Amino acid sequence: MFTIDTAAIAAQVRDAIVETSRNMEPSCLAALEKARDAEDVPAARFALTKMCENARFAAQNGYPVCQDTGMCVVFVEIGKDVALTGKLLQDAIDDAVKDGYADLRKSVLDPVTRVNTGTNAPAVVHTDFVPGDEVKVSVMLKGFGSENMSALYMLNPAQGLETAKDLIVRTVADAASNPCPPVIVGVGLGGTFELCAKMSKQALFRRIGSSNPDPLLDELERELMTRINSLGVGAQGFGGKTTALGVFIRKYPTHISSLPVAVNILCHCSRAKIAVLSKEGVRYE
Amino acid sequence: MSEIRLTMPFDKTELAALKVGDGVLLSGTMLVFRDAGHKRLFQSIEAGKPDFEYDGETVYFMGPCPAVKGQVMGSCGPTTSGRMDKYTPYMFDHGLAAQIGKGKRSPDCIEAIKRNKGVYFAAIGGAGALYSGAVTAVEEICYPDLGTEAVRRITVKDFPAIVAIDSRGRCIYNN
Repeated sequence: MFTIDTAAIAAQVRDAIVETSRNMEPSCLAALEKARDAEDVPAARFALTKMCENARFAAQNGYPVCQDTGMCVVFVEIGKDVALTGKLLQDAIDDAVKDGYADLRKSVLDPVTRVNTGTNAPAVVHTDFVPGDEVKVSVMLKGFGSENMSALYMLNPAQGLETAKDLIVRTVADAASNPCPPVIVGVGLGGTFELCAKMSKQALFRRIGSSNPDPLLDELERELMTRINSLGVGAQGFGGKTTALGVFIRKYPTHISSLPVAVNILCHCSRAKIAVLSKEGVRYE
Repeated sequence: MSEIRLTMPFDKTELAALKVGDGVLLSGTMLVFRDAGHKRLFQSIEAGKPDFEYDGETVYFMGPCPAVKGQVMGSCGPTTSGRMDKYTPYMFDHGLAAQIGKGKRSPDCIEAIKRNKGVYFAAIGGAGALYSGAVTAVEEICYPDLGTEAVRRITVKDFPAIVAIDSRGRCIYNN
């Protein structure tokens, strides 16, 4: 049994907020630099050049990469042989959000009154129980220019995977310049309405350039990447070769009556970190 | 791409000469506000007297991060302009010179920009840190209670942007 205080989990969240707000996720920056070097459309190349300069400038000076430091989304995977002590996990994480966002923009408010909470709390926290005796904490600072362009479709089985593919591509096309492309596309296939959306968010934690371990999904990801990058939306919607840096899919069995499809869009500025806590200490994935 | 250097407030002739896709480096002063600031301004307009004037000005759609050591203003990249589309034709019809934001605009906005020989510039979304380096002065103008959404006047030097809609209504995005 691994016993851990929720404050230790929260400390990882706080550190991730402070670090990732100033440092674009490294595989994302590498992909942007590659896209910049390959781009022929002048305005798109200009945009990609500025995006790369911005990431470097932010890291060097400790400034937030983007002023939209997002809403904090945390996935906590808790091993079945883990015992949590201390505060309620949500409360501990919210304390970490208040602390981590002290110098950042407060973008979180009440949806009805539109009154700002003033702290960027609460975080959106998802918990899952998994085998083992470790706790995996995946933290993302999610901007809403891209979140607003995301979509969920409940297809019927007759529409099938071909319609799903068309809708995924169309969602990125319709989002156009709004989500600050080149985007990263998280896709959920199957499950229920809410699980499908959750999977599409979780998929966004994959590193750019990584393959899907499922060969069928890997092939699907490659096909969607090719189609999306043929759209001509390009960096900032200025045209050119690169509309997406990655397409990542997760699936789950679904009902005989349905094919849920969720598309969660992330901007070119991925700010995410994964920490794994165990008896041996902390490691980062 | 060689960028065109321009000073704000704009000379109308210089503005009219810009072509869609041109890269620019902007210097001078502009007004900064976004969703809540527009909503409040239009409430004052409907009540008979605008809370502040914007004749000849450029409006940048942005809500900054707090400034930290060494900064005049915190990270300050553009937000999505489309959310301000409903306010835009009126503002161009009442003297606004230009807007800066990110993303495509409604046909009504494009028409208003053309009708008034204005320009819409696209700043690089996500490049917030880089833009903070271009800000040399900040002054709060209105609605301080709106926090990051308050109305500010900022002075910038060599602020990079692209002409996204020019004064002839030509647009960089595939609408």
